[in-house]
Amino acid sequence: MDLFEYQARDLFEANGVPVLGGAVATTPEEAKLAAAKFGGKVVVKAQVKIGGRGKAGGVKLAESPDDAFEKAKAILGMDIKGHLVRKVMIAQAAPIESEYYLAILLDRAARSFLVMASVAGGMDIEEVAHKTPEKLARVHINPNSGLDKAKALEIVRAGAFPGDVEDQVADVLIKLWETFQKSDATLVEVNPLVKTGDGKIIALDGKVTLDDNASFRHPEYEALIDHAATNPLEALAKEKDLNYVKLEGEVGVIGNGAGLVMSTLDVVAYAGEKYGVKPANFLDIGGGASAQVMADGLSIILGDPAVRSVFVNVFGGITACDAVANGIIQALEILGDKATKPLVVRLDGNSVVEGRKILQAANHPLVQQLDTMDGAAARAAELAAQR
Amino acid sequence: MTIFIDENTKVIVQGMTGSEGTKHTKRMLASGTKIVGGVTPGKGGQEVEIDGKKLPVFNSVSEAVAATGANASVVFVPPKFAKAAVIDAIDAKLPLVVVITEGIPVHDTAAFFAYAQISSTRIIGPNCPGLISPSKCNIGITPADITGPGRIGLVSKSGTLTYQMMYELRDIGFTTAVGIGGDPIIGTTHIDCLRAFQDDPDTEAIVMIGEIGGDAEERAAAFIKEYVTKPVVGYVAGFTAPEGKTMGHAGAIVSGSSGTAEAKKVALEAAGVKVGKTPSETARLLRELISNA
Repeated sequence: MDLFEYQARDLFEANGVPVLGGAVATTPEEAKLAAAKFGGKVVVKAQVKIGGRGKAGGVKLAESPDDAFEKAKAILGMDIKGHLVRKVMIAQAAPIESEYYLAILLDRAARSFLVMASVAGGMDIEEVAHKTPEKLARVHINPNSGLDKAKALEIVRAGAFPGDVEDQVADVLIKLWETFQKSDATLVEVNPLVKTGDGKIIALDGKVTLDDNASFRHPEYEALIDHAATNPLEALAKEKDLNYVKLEGEVGVIGNGAGLVMSTLDVVAYAGEKYGVKPANFLDIGGGASAQVMADGLSIILGDPAVRSVFVNVFGGITACDAVANGIIQALEILGDKATKPLVVRLDGNSVVEGRKILQAANHPLVQQLDTMDGAAARAAELAAQR
Repeated sequence: MTIFIDENTKVIVQGMTGSEGTKHTKRMLASGTKIVGGVTPGKGGQEVEIDGKKLPVFNSVSEAVAATGANASVVFVPPKFAKAAVIDAIDAKLPLVVVITEGIPVHDTAAFFAYAQISSTRIIGPNCPGLISPSKCNIGITPADITGPGRIGLVSKSGTLTYQMMYELRDIGFTTAVGIGGDPIIGTTHIDCLRAFQDDPDTEAIVMIGEIGGDAEERAAAFIKEYVTKPVVGYVAGFTAPEGKTMGHAGAIVSGSSGTAEAKKVALEAAGVKVGKTPSETARLLRELISNA
């Protein structure tokens, strides 16, 4: 889960990372109140989980609370690269002397954690890494020994930070490491980390990604979820413990196993080229395809008005195909009149003969069976194009 | 030959007394795997009877190893307790630990992976189906009856795609099929398996299945170019996956231009690997390579 900037700011503050005052506002009135509370100039910043908002006009300096009202009015409701701005952050302004960069992240390739530090802050760090790699210090952190002051200072020196801020930056880095560990983050990035006119080091803008797998030990994650941006079908699927991602297409897809479902989406997309249709969703029903799970999955897919046909692609590993076939039939009974779209089913693997027989015997008007994944995908695409 | 496991591998099941553990112990036994016992802290001294076979339960992996001579473990414990279980296995100096559990926090995986580096324990997974050498040993949840022993080596991030590919090539059979898992940090990589298959005299050709996220496939491509002389075919799932959405596996996510299926395909093809657009085409490519060899 990616956090909004204001959520990252709050998390930093709670962990002792120095930040400026900031408050979130969803209306121009709230923005004005927050600006009045801080006094002086403030920055009104669009809260979207995508980069490039400054260039898009989503970050504006406001001279007064009334000005903050106007700026917030202009920014709220903006569309930034497909992201609707529902909230702004009112941030205290500060005179900036220098801009730096600090980040701690999961390094998949090294299977470890990585600290990146640079005095070339404020810019796109990928560009810094690409064009002037010597300006970006990269140091791995052993998860079991962590980051102490000596190591932090070593990193800060490798990043060639000026001597007068070395100590402060090292302290901030340690606080960021504590935030990273305590919160089960996979990314904690500060860009820019600034030196203000009076020589203080402050995290001005932050990005944080939290590990969804760790939510069982972080009840506080729940309050950080952006429900407004969650697709209602995705929310419903989550309640049912199903792994569902809404896509822009017409062929509903159900399968077992993440890899097979991803592969199914591709096969449907290839087959759909001819008919001008695409997969409508990712839905992994996992190992146990009981009737109830199948019914839950089908009802979510059929709840998507864009869906015109459904492809059920199951390779019976642990799950037996006869159980899946029974699941499909029972699911259609549970759904009754709500099941209106044609279903193309491909079963293979464990107990496939029995599974195919069950579907054949049921002879349901909506269900068609095909023997191969490619053939079934083509049929589902064709049916979606016909309707 | 096979890689990582063989008919002499003695396996203990961590979490055997749980419902998943019991279910899969039964299946592994049925497929001929030498299961010698289980570990559940606090239940040491008990016995579990599965299909007429009495299996002892121990409090720790070290006790289990001392009593049974086990040289591998398979972990079915829930995410909350997985880190402690894997560290227990590493402390017992087991050469192989296969972690099936899905949903382990990546900080926990990073911690036990780093811990394993100071010993010689190989970790496979987490969030994987395990590995199978048909008719010899099956550690994990792979169905044993899809196909038999043969001359293909398979390495895959995905469970069901492994099954699908084994099914497509069931007439040829496999030395070993390894599901390495779809998490951001995994103990055994494509490269580890490619190296082992290259060095295994009985493996004649290799199928490598990847998916979106990270750059493991790109690194595997560089390794193939440098080290692998056996024919390799590849398949990558997730060409149509949108940016920023996690597709089931915690590690399967495209962020910006990184982790796309297209980039992986290009890298593999540049290393001389034939890449199929679909599982069936991938199987066809492998058949062509084998019959031309």
